[in-house]
Parts: sequence; C-alpha cells; structure tokens
Amino acid sequence: MARKKVVLTSPTAAGDKLDGPLLEVEDLRTHFLTPAGTVRAVDGVSFTLARGETLGIVGESGSGKTVLSRSIMGLLPSRNVVRQGAIRYQGHSISDYSQEQMRSVWGTEMGMIFQDPMTSLNPVMKIGNQITESLRYHLDMDKGEARDTAIALLTSVGIPEPAQRFGEYPHQLSGGMRQRVMIAVSLACGPRLLFADEPTTALDVTVQAQILDLLHQQQRERHMAIILVTHDLGVVAGRTDHIAVMYAGKVVEKAPTSVLFSEMRMPYTEALLNSIPRLEDSSHTRLKIIGGRPPDLINPPTGCNFSPRCPYAQPRCFTDEPPLRPADTAGHEFACWYPVGTPEGTKALEDNVAAGVPAAVLATGGEPALADQGASA
Amino acid sequence: MAGSGTAHLRDPGDSLLRMEHLVVEFPVGRSGLKVHAVTDLSLDIADGETVGLVGESGCGKSTTGRAMMQFPKPTSGSVVFDGTDLTTLSGEQLRRTRTRMQMIFQDPISSLNPRRTIGDIVAEPLNIWKRGTPAEREARVDEVLDAVGLDPAVAKPKRPHEFSGGQCQRIAIARALVLEPKVVICDEPVSALDVSVQAQILNLLEDMKERYQLTLVFIAHDLAVVKNVSDRVAVMYLGKMCEVAPPERLYDAPAHPYTDALLNAIPVPDPTRLPDAAGRLAGEIPSPVTPPSGCRFRTRCPRAQDRCAQEEPQMRRVDGDHYVACHFPLVDVAGSRGDEPEREAVATA
Repeated sequence: MARKKVVLTSPTAAGDKLDGPLLEVEDLRTHFLTPAGTVRAVDGVSFTLARGETLGIVGESGSGKTVLSRSIMGLLPSRNVVRQGAIRYQGHSISDYSQEQMRSVWGTEMGMIFQDPMTSLNPVMKIGNQITESLRYHLDMDKGEARDTAIALLTSVGIPEPAQRFGEYPHQLSGGMRQRVMIAVSLACGPRLLFADEPTTALDVTVQAQILDLLHQQQRERHMAIILVTHDLGVVAGRTDHIAVMYAGKVVEKAPTSVLFSEMRMPYTEALLNSIPRLEDSSHTRLKIIGGRPPDLINPPTGCNFSPRCPYAQPRCFTDEPPLRPADTAGHEFACWYPVGTPEGTKALEDNVAAGVPAAVLATGGEPALADQGASA
Repeated sequence: MAGSGTAHLRDPGDSLLRMEHLVVEFPVGRSGLKVHAVTDLSLDIADGETVGLVGESGCGKSTTGRAMMQFPKPTSGSVVFDGTDLTTLSGEQLRRTRTRMQMIFQDPISSLNPRRTIGDIVAEPLNIWKRGTPAEREARVDEVLDAVGLDPAVAKPKRPHEFSGGQCQRIAIARALVLEPKVVICDEPVSALDVSVQAQILNLLEDMKERYQLTLVFIAHDLAVVKNVSDRVAVMYLGKMCEVAPPERLYDAPAHPYTDALLNAIPVPDPTRLPDAAGRLAGEIPSPVTPPSGCRFRTRCPRAQDRCAQEEPQMRRVDGDHYVACHFPLVDVAGSRGDEPEREAVATA
C-alpha cells in the first residue's frame, strides 16, 4: 500500500507537553432536567487517564457510563442539561470549550465508536467519503491524498478489497465490517483518545474477539488511549489497564484490572462478576443474581445507592453515603462501609444471611421466594 | 464440519420433537437465487430436555426454531411433534398444535403490544381459545404472572413501557406459559439484557421448566449461557449441523474446529487469562446464497484440506452421545480415516 502508517499530527497538539496525564476528569456531574425531576446521570466522577492506557468503564444499563463518555466529548444535548466539574485534556480545560472550539478536538484528539454500527454510519454516503470527510476538513488533504489515506486505513482495520469497498455503501457490508469502517472513521485523524462505547455488544462472539484484537493492535501502533465502555466484565478483563465500576452515576470501585479481579472490595463489583455464567461451571448451575433494580436517578436512595440490593447492607448503609476511599493497593479505591473480603464485610454478610435478608440469600445462591427476586414493580 | 446425516438422532420413540432432513430456503427477489438458510438439518429433542442451539448470526438457528413452529413451513423435511408430522398439517389443525408450542423472542419490549395492558396481553391466548370461564382465565393469568415473579395486581393494569427489559421478558414468558405448552422455543431470550438481568431470566427459565415440565429449545450465540441451561447442545454453521453433544463433553473436548473457535472467542472475566489471538477465527460467515461446496466451514477452517471442498462430512459418533460432522475432528473418532491433516494444521489447543 502507498502509506505504511498513517501518522498524523493534529493542529492543537503542537505546543502540548508530553508529560502528565492525557485526560483528567474531576468531580464531573451531568444532570438532565426533565419534567419528572432532575436525573443525576453522572454524579461526581473523577479519574485520570495516562497516554496509551486503556480504562474500562463497567456498569449496568442506566449506570451513566455512556453519558459520562458523551459528557467528556461534549456531545450532550444543548438544552436542559447541567454539566459541572473539570475536564482537562493535555492540561487544557476543555470543559469551558464552545462547540466551535470542540471541533478542533473531535476527530483529531478524541474519537468515538458507538455500539450500533448500523445506525452510526450515514446510510446514504459511500464509506470512503465518510472517512475522507474528516481528513479533508481537519488535515486539509487534497482529494487524492485523502483517498489514499482512507484506503490505507481500511486496509489497516482489516477490510478486504479496500479500494473496492471505498465506493460502497454501509448496507453492503456485514455488521462486523461496518464496525471496522466505524473504527477507520474514528481513527482517520489520529486521535490520542478513543472512546469505544459498547463497541462489540451488537456483534457475534467471534467477530467481537476480532474487533477487540483490532482495537488493541491499533492502540499499540498509535500509542492511543482508549476508554472502553461496556456492561461485560469479560470484555474488559483481558483488555484494560484500569477499570472503573459505575453504579447509579457514580464510580463505586476503581482499580488496576488485575487488582480489581483479585481484591475486589465493593459488593456490587462482586455481584456483577458472580452473575456471569461461567464455562467452567457445570450445566444447570444456579446463577447468583442481584435482586432488585438499579435505583431511580431522580430520587436516589439515601445512603449508599446500592444498599437496597446489597447482600452486605447494614443500617449505616441506608443513612450514610460511603465516600470513595483508598484500599491497600495503590490506585485501588472503593466506596463501601462493609467491603468484601474484610472482617467487617464478612460479618455483615453472615449476619444478613442469618437474618434471611433476601439480597444476601440470593447472593449466596439460595432459593428465596420467587416474588422476592425483585421483579415486582 | 457443517455436514449432514442423522447418526446423532436417537430412537424415534424417545423424542418429543424430531426434525429430519429439514430444508428452509428463501427466494432472493426475482433473481431465481435462493438463500439456503437451513440445509438438510436433523435434530431430535426428548421430552423434558433442554436443547441449546448455538452459532453465529446467519447460521440459521432462528430459522430452525421458527421452522419447528411451521413459521414459515420448511421447504422440505419433516418436523414430527408428539407423533404428528407438522409439515402435513394446515389451517385449523396446525393452529391447534401451536398452542402446545410457544416462542419467546429476543427483544422483549418490541414483542409486546405497547398499546395493550399486561393483563390483556397475557390473557389473549386464553381468550382466543376460550379456555374456561372468565374467572378461571383471570385466575390462570394471575397464576402465571405470579410464577414469573410479577405481582399480578400491580402488573395487570400497566402497559409494556412501564416495565424494564427484564420485566418485559418475564411478561413474554408468562404469555408463552399461559396455555400450558409442552415445548417453548426461546430465541435469544437474554441477549438483549444486562448480565445481572440475564442471570435472573436464566434462573427463571430453569424454575419454569421444572414447575411446568417444559421441553425447551434454547437458541443463543453465547456458549456460556447455553451451557448453563442445556442438557444437549447443537452447534450450527451456515444452515448445517456441526456437532451435537452433552454440554460438558462439548466444552471439555470439542471435536469440531468451529466449536473450538467459538469457545476460544468467549471473553473470560479473568485478567490472568489473556485473550489468545492465535486460535482466532478469521473472516466472517460466507453468504448463504452461494454456500461453499463440501464442508461449509472449510473457508474459515484452520484444518481444511482438499477433501473438505469435495466431500461433505456426515454426522458420526465420537463416543457416547457426542457426534460430529468433520473429516478432521480435533479428537479421535472411532472408524474414521485419515484423521490428521497432512499439512501442519494450526494447533488449536
């Protein structure tokens, strides 16, 4: 191919210092004002992301993980939204940027791939033009140059016959191929930070593995940071450096990936992991479920948000909200009064099981009455 | 892999539902071409068993599930349910049989009529078949709603949009159970749900199976989910059967290279087990309009040889209840010839 590697410099990056974190988010709050009340979709999230690192953001539907990534990108609706807190990208406070200023960030500094590759590509535009659009706008390439770059990109994301695909429309490609095109579009201008919002949820397992491999390979080649948003702890386990677990708009546990899995402290993380069916388990193994539903983000419960569903919950959990506090291992933080794997946590769980608290009985694989499984509205 | 044959079928007397040489084809516009969605597929399901049907999108697993319901009628082949060949039935007879076979779909929210109340939705099958008195129907609706973990008094006057995805799936299950069916075909019932909700629905299906003595056909692409619920797993590829085995066998000693590739692709929630790109299946499922000759998997198979292009593998026994359709399976198969490919095959551990 004409270009071995598409290395591109972005206009804003020239004067940036290369030390320090790539992205710092401090006490970010995104609230939606709705007729029913204020929805606290993201409620005080802080984290930092180093260059070339991968952060996994994990949580159930409605935990605020997608709103968090859209808040950082500045892709929120213009009305009825309150966004507070600081977002610093390479030291620049982009939280004050106008939409005009954000245009120099989108594409060249931050890219995004979405869950549904069917709807995130323009159905009436040839896929080649969807890639060259940003190349021509941001990098001022001429037509031929942009075309060569786009074909090189399509090759690098593993699309067979890229020159022919360049002139095709999204409906002519399979779901996996469309997601590859989406990745090519978002990588076109060489972003340093890529948001991947459930990039493989709509795909088959075999294709999911291919796409995750592709993202990893592109990340290594480009030294790009990735924020991988997913509900599947399996997807983030082998592919991230750090993981933040979100629940009801807050980060409830944050740790380097290996530490999170070996020393998890937050009962929610444990419950989420336990509810995944494992290949090692024999058939008809009863799954340990999380009873109840995620809280209403308009009227969140007092105390810990997870307390109504938590197998460890004690009276204090229903009144005082636990802050995010550091654990023994560096970089590991959690928000819980009775953490998993500590004497107080173990005692709390034993007390709850003895008292027959439904959440605790469920979490230990017991058989509660059906009506208690949290389905009754 | 991906072959034909009926070696894996058990004695006809033991099966509640039995498909033989099932073929489902759809025309492609007016071109005269056909989509070969399911080609010469045979499978039997015993009374009280859960059979998992696994494969990638486009492998024909949903089409197979629907063909069992005659929905649409298969192009050829037989579907024998409880001694009756459903493909010979039509009209009223078929409608009557369908009351004993029900389906649950992938997207719980769009499979419920948004303008009707939950009480109406669940009672409708009873009303159509005029089962019992109105009071008895009411009691039956209350019973199934209670069984799926919903409070009937709270749920009945509400409409689907007032419920979450998991709860809508519970309602869909209640609707499927209200006529006391024998067989329930679950088409990707949990793939649209969060992991935590998925676990609730899987446990619920197990409970319902026990409580109402159901026979389940469980269609899914997630092998871990299928393993959890199934007594027998059938792996499909491009309209053909690859491997049929009890779940433990299939997962411990997969015989088909495709099964092995599927197992390898599953993300494991354990950071110490890094994803292994070596055994990764390349490419995507070929077009079912012009499927490859011989074994349909050969275009992506790491072990494929010339023979795979010329000769279609037939189902043969590995041991016990484990069957595979592959010329070069990953485990020894009694009576097979030339098992080891000459070319250095990619050692899929």
